Amino acid sequence: MYKLLLCLRYLRTRYIALACIVSVMLGVATMIVVNSVMAGFSTEMRDRLHNFLADIVIEARSTSGLAKADELLERVDEAAGQYIAASTVSVEIPGMVTFTDPWTGEAYTSPVSLHGIDPRGKAEVGPLKSYLDSYNPVMEDGQIVRPALRDSSEPLGWELTSEGQQHFDSVQEQKAEQLRQWQPPLVEPVPSDSATPDFDDSGQPPVFDSPSAVADASAGSDQGPEPTDADAANTVADTPVVQFDPNNPNAGLGGGMSPDILFEDNPAEDIKPQPNDARIYIGEGLVSFFVKNPETGRQQKIMMVQPGDDVIISTITASTPPEVTKFHATVVDSFRSGMSEYDSNVVLMNREALQKNRGMQLENRVSAIQIRLHDYADAPKAMAALEQAFAPGEVTIRTWEEKQGLLLSAVEVETAILNVLLFLIIAVAGFGILAIFYMIVVEKTRDIGILKSLGASSSGVMAIFLSYGLALGIVGSSAGVILGLLFVHYINEIEDVLSWFTGRKVFDEKIYFFFEIPTYVNPWMVISVALGAIGIAVLASILPARRAASLHPVRALRFE
Amino acid sequence: MTEICKMTRPLISAEAISRSYLKGQHKVPVLRGAGLTAHRGEFVSVIGQSGSGKSTLLHVMGLLDSPDIGEVHLDGQRIDNLNAAARDQLRNRVFGFIFQFYHLMPELSLLENVMAPLMIRHSILDFWRKRKETRAAALEILDQVGLSHRVHHRPSELSGGEMQRGAIARALIGKPEILLADEPTGNLDAETGHGIMELLKRLNREQQLTIVMVTHDEAIAAQAHRTVRLEEGRIQKVLQQEAA
Repeated sequence: MYKLLLCLRYLRTRYIALACIVSVMLGVATMIVVNSVMAGFSTEMRDRLHNFLADIVIEARSTSGLAKADELLERVDEAAGQYIAASTVSVEIPGMVTFTDPWTGEAYTSPVSLHGIDPRGKAEVGPLKSYLDSYNPVMEDGQIVRPALRDSSEPLGWELTSEGQQHFDSVQEQKAEQLRQWQPPLVEPVPSDSATPDFDDSGQPPVFDSPSAVADASAGSDQGPEPTDADAANTVADTPVVQFDPNNPNAGLGGGMSPDILFEDNPAEDIKPQPNDARIYIGEGLVSFFVKNPETGRQQKIMMVQPGDDVIISTITASTPPEVTKFHATVVDSFRSGMSEYDSNVVLMNREALQKNRGMQLENRVSAIQIRLHDYADAPKAMAALEQAFAPGEVTIRTWEEKQGLLLSAVEVETAILNVLLFLIIAVAGFGILAIFYMIVVEKTRDIGILKSLGASSSGVMAIFLSYGLALGIVGSSAGVILGLLFVHYINEIEDVLSWFTGRKVFDEKIYFFFEIPTYVNPWMVISVALGAIGIAVLASILPARRAASLHPVRALRFE
Repeated sequence: MTEICKMTRPLISAEAISRSYLKGQHKVPVLRGAGLTAHRGEFVSVIGQSGSGKSTLLHVMGLLDSPDIGEVHLDGQRIDNLNAAARDQLRNRVFGFIFQFYHLMPELSLLENVMAPLMIRHSILDFWRKRKETRAAALEILDQVGLSHRVHHRPSELSGGEMQRGAIARALIGKPEILLADEPTGNLDAETGHGIMELLKRLNREQQLTIVMVTHDEAIAAQAHRTVRLEEGRIQKVLQQEAA
């Protein structure tokens, strides 16, 4: 009884013990906050990885893939149908995408991973819709600056939105106009001889995509054949195109002939040009960059390619030896999964067109099967069943976790190391407790003597200080848990305050594509951190408690 | 009364106690074969100069210290060689200590200080069951020593005399057989010291409490039934006197 009473009294009256409590509290709070944020990030990352990859992926070993997609799906369903919620086939092959930057007029080529997918099938194994730009509103500072272009109930497909169609039409119009302007020098060898060197001397390509030039050009073209060219040329007075015009009367003459040729060659005004058979959803990271707006000081996303634009895709055929193949594709949409690994690497394409361009359509060859399970916990059983369904060496069957094993284990190692380092903080707090307890034992030496003279046993005296340590640990840990959880709960508000205070953004959502700092509080983590801290507090009090217990009563009584 | 006491076996006897302390490298003998007996109901005072070993003798008798040579008997049974747990029990149940500097615990109120020996004696559960009796007993004893108005004060709020009376109350609550007082008036002025002595004498008279008191003050010592003089660790002479 006296142990409890004294321990509580010491807790209340020794203000130095407050230092112990604060140090334990800070250690516990730090660990909880850091763990929660790390867990939040990694959960979010895993979700994104997982969503993009589906639960289980069966991949063909050879680049030519597996024949008869329908039969494959049947085989998969037969083997592990009871676990499978949805499955879809895809063709995955490395390739390159080439597009023109409308601002500089330069062509960019990026290596990409081409995924030929069935969008509806893909949407069944992962949340494809929520990644696509047209299904989501554009947000800025929590405000919708552009509503979603498509209703979320609209099924996935490869059709352009009306905005995309408009853009496509204007691009085609523009192209037609340029053709009208540029065909004469190209078809007429004699004037072009003189024209071409001039053009080369100027050293500047014409600005195809300059919107003002296009507008003027198209406006001019409506008026009439002959003066139009001159008008258009005059309006676009800055370009080298214009300068050679007056110098070369031949060019004017050639321009005069253009309408006839145009009418023969380009059906633009009779039949509307249609988008290419190949349609793609392009990864946002591939075709966008961030610029700091000098007025608002905010990072702004600039898209270099918009729905309706055409890009060139190069890849290899499925034949042996593979041959290079390239084709035009119309961008239908852009997607953002939040994983830059995908967003700046992957081009999703209609499977039929990719199969056709790679020569896989005859046997309906596909290179991968993506599977979503009813319950991911069944993955090992499903994998075992699937392995039976395929000849050994024919395919590799992996869960998404195995496919991203390196990244995931890197995050795990990171978390583990961070935890070790943070636990050292609590260990430091433990040494603080040890030192302070020693002081308290020295201060209380006479009391220990009194207790012993009253018949208290050595173990009783030891118990006082051990339970004192325990009490400090419990109080410190509880305060730390409360503080940590509050911090985690209000982390975004705290971030705002810190940002305002330091004048710079502490957490830039553009880096992680998170609007808020993701947190995930694992109750077991909180419990183990709190218990660990309490354990350390008790451990740290063992030495002082032993010292207190071993004090000789007479010497303790005489202690001044 | 003293005659009757002498007929019986002494309640406590310390026989040929030797005790030395290490001071740095040197062994300093404090007690050199001192002996002391006290019968039930007897008030014995030990007088001696500072450093004569009288406090050490008291500590050895009260099992706070162990003798190098010699034996301590309680009611005829040797107690100085018992194990730690038994010694703790004896200190708690048989002996009551009073010190020169009172030694009340500063964190506890007077009442809690007085109840401390019983808190030590009983487990939490037992104490909880007996809390009302314990409290009543503590209040009664505090009333006996004249401190019923100071029950909830901290020791730092009490005067020296009050603290010493509190310490006596604490020593008595466990109903000890022997009260060991180490200079109980050493830190008090004459008048307050006199009050304390009156209290001790009253306890001795009314409750037949055996008291062994150590002091350096002849006048204080003279108030006991019997005075033993200790010089350089040995008993010099025994002074007989009438009970005050």
